[in-house]
Amino acid sequence: MFADFIPLFVIIAIALGLALTLLAAASWIGPKRPNKIKRTPYESGMDPIGSARERYSVKFYLVAMIFIVFDVEVVFMYPWAVSFHDFIDAGLVATVGVMTVVGLFVGILTLGLVYDIKKGGLEFD
Amino acid sequence: MDLSGAFTAMWADLPAIFSMLIVGAAGLVVILMEAFQNRDPRIPWLTAGAFGLAMGWEAFQLGTAPDTAFFEQLRTGGYAAYINLLILGAGLFTTLVSPPYLRRLNRNFGEVYALLLFATVGMIMLGTSNTLISVFVGLETMSVCLYIMAGLLREDEGGIESGFKYFVLGAFSTGFLLYGIALMYGTTGTMHLPEMAGAFPDGVPLLFWAGVGLVIVGFGFKVSAAPFHMWTPDVYQGAPTTLTGYMSTASKASAFAALILILFFALPSAQASLVLAVLALITMAVGNVMALRQANVKRMLAYSSIAHAGYMFVALASGTTAGYSGALFYLLVYTVMNLGAFGVLALLEWDGMAGRKQTLSSLAGMGLERPVLGASMAVFMFSLIGFPPFGGFIGKYYIFAPAVSAGLTWLVIIGLLFSAMSGYYYLRVIYVLYMQTAADVAEADRAPEGGFAQPAWLSTAAVALCAVLLLVLGVAFSGVVDVTEMLFIQADAMAQTP
Repeated sequence: MFADFIPLFVIIAIALGLALTLLAAASWIGPKRPNKIKRTPYESGMDPIGSARERYSVKFYLVAMIFIVFDVEVVFMYPWAVSFHDFIDAGLVATVGVMTVVGLFVGILTLGLVYDIKKGGLEFD
Repeated sequence: MDLSGAFTAMWADLPAIFSMLIVGAAGLVVILMEAFQNRDPRIPWLTAGAFGLAMGWEAFQLGTAPDTAFFEQLRTGGYAAYINLLILGAGLFTTLVSPPYLRRLNRNFGEVYALLLFATVGMIMLGTSNTLISVFVGLETMSVCLYIMAGLLREDEGGIESGFKYFVLGAFSTGFLLYGIALMYGTTGTMHLPEMAGAFPDGVPLLFWAGVGLVIVGFGFKVSAAPFHMWTPDVYQGAPTTLTGYMSTASKASAFAALILILFFALPSAQASLVLAVLALITMAVGNVMALRQANVKRMLAYSSIAHAGYMFVALASGTTAGYSGALFYLLVYTVMNLGAFGVLALLEWDGMAGRKQTLSSLAGMGLERPVLGASMAVFMFSLIGFPPFGGFIGKYYIFAPAVSAGLTWLVIIGLLFSAMSGYYYLRVIYVLYMQTAADVAEADRAPEGGFAQPAWLSTAAVALCAVLLLVLGVAFSGVVDVTEMLFIQADAMAQTP
């Protein structure tokens, strides 16, 4: 039984070994000439202003909820759309069935969206 | 694969999950009602109606033969109906006692009821699962809802601790469970529980037992078995009391139901017996010893629920159908008495922090001032000890007797000693309720003038009903025991015929 898993462990060993080797090589071989600009945190080209540890408005979480609604929707809609032809080929029962299932799924997600909007998820002040 | 046939089979299976559908749909309606009107007063009634309707349906399914639905994902029939009735009953009770309590805490959100309904859907799935996938999906659906319910008092320090601790440790334990599921699937090549036992005609590999061990650890967290119990007292103490009652009964009932299904169907032999016996021993010891020193009643009940998980593991350790059916009966009794005890505590709570700062002494003399609640609490405490006329005694008999037959006499003796010891902390509650008055206790422990809530008739009636039910279970138990035994005889017959 363990023999079946040996390739898996080999991959894990290679991945770990490669990552550690590269890190070690970089720290041995790489030149180190630090200066002030190199030491500043990377902020996509901007000069860093103040601490990054600020409090975010709780509104962002409601926006994140809306994102989840659409995100999850697409994750499940994509395989459905790809395999839809198979269901059409399989006949009317399968076509109606798969439409009902996906319709229910989207419907339930829409309820989540309605809840979020009604609770003020899109109102900014 | 015949896609049209698959859909036809799926539609035909829909009645099998009627209670899941009705409860889930009610949850969606509740969410919408809350969205259009904050704290809509009809929400608790709708929730209670959904639970009641589903219970009515399940009551008619009790006698049906075991079968599977949705391509053998879920079990149907008597076992499923029994567990579902238990879970739905806990949900109904929680819905009845919660509104006045949560209104006092200013937390009577509609979302609470929606989460209650969604958690119940997960529990039903967990308790009726026939594959490891539905075990996992059900467990997560249940847990995520419970995490939010535990942290309901989000401005209170204890509420934050409760929600956060439950979430972090729960997520951690899910990792164990998932790894165990992966190992069990990896060695057997199937997710279906009944097929697992027959997967090894010649010798069970060690890797499979490793998977079983991890799954037991995962379930140990969920049912708060020592040494995986650390979260229980803090989480139970900080969560709103009525919801704590729900957490400590319904979620344990469904987790134990799923664990019994795994032990009964998926394990090729009773080799896990000793592991479960040791788990039972440690759990009983930790729960009972730690409960002795608690001044806060909710914390005491949390440790008591750990101890009771230990008693149930004694039944599971016996590894026989008698043991499993005894555990099922005990789950029913445990659910009724624990729900009732937490219900009484919720009705006698005055500190506005879910009873976090409230000591047992603050309840001094309440037994005489609130006769119905006091008498009910006395019944629950006697039953938790396992005193004869109540359900707790019969329940303990049916979990200890099969263990003796299975040769675990040493464990049963220890269990009986521990339940004798539990008399100390359970009887103390009755002593304080009836034989002390507010004048007897320290100034700091006393409730403020007019601190206790006015009695809510519906909640009081629900608590009293639990007490009556315990008395009935203690006297006329044979019907229920026949049912629980029948479930396994049927399942045995089914396992042998395929």
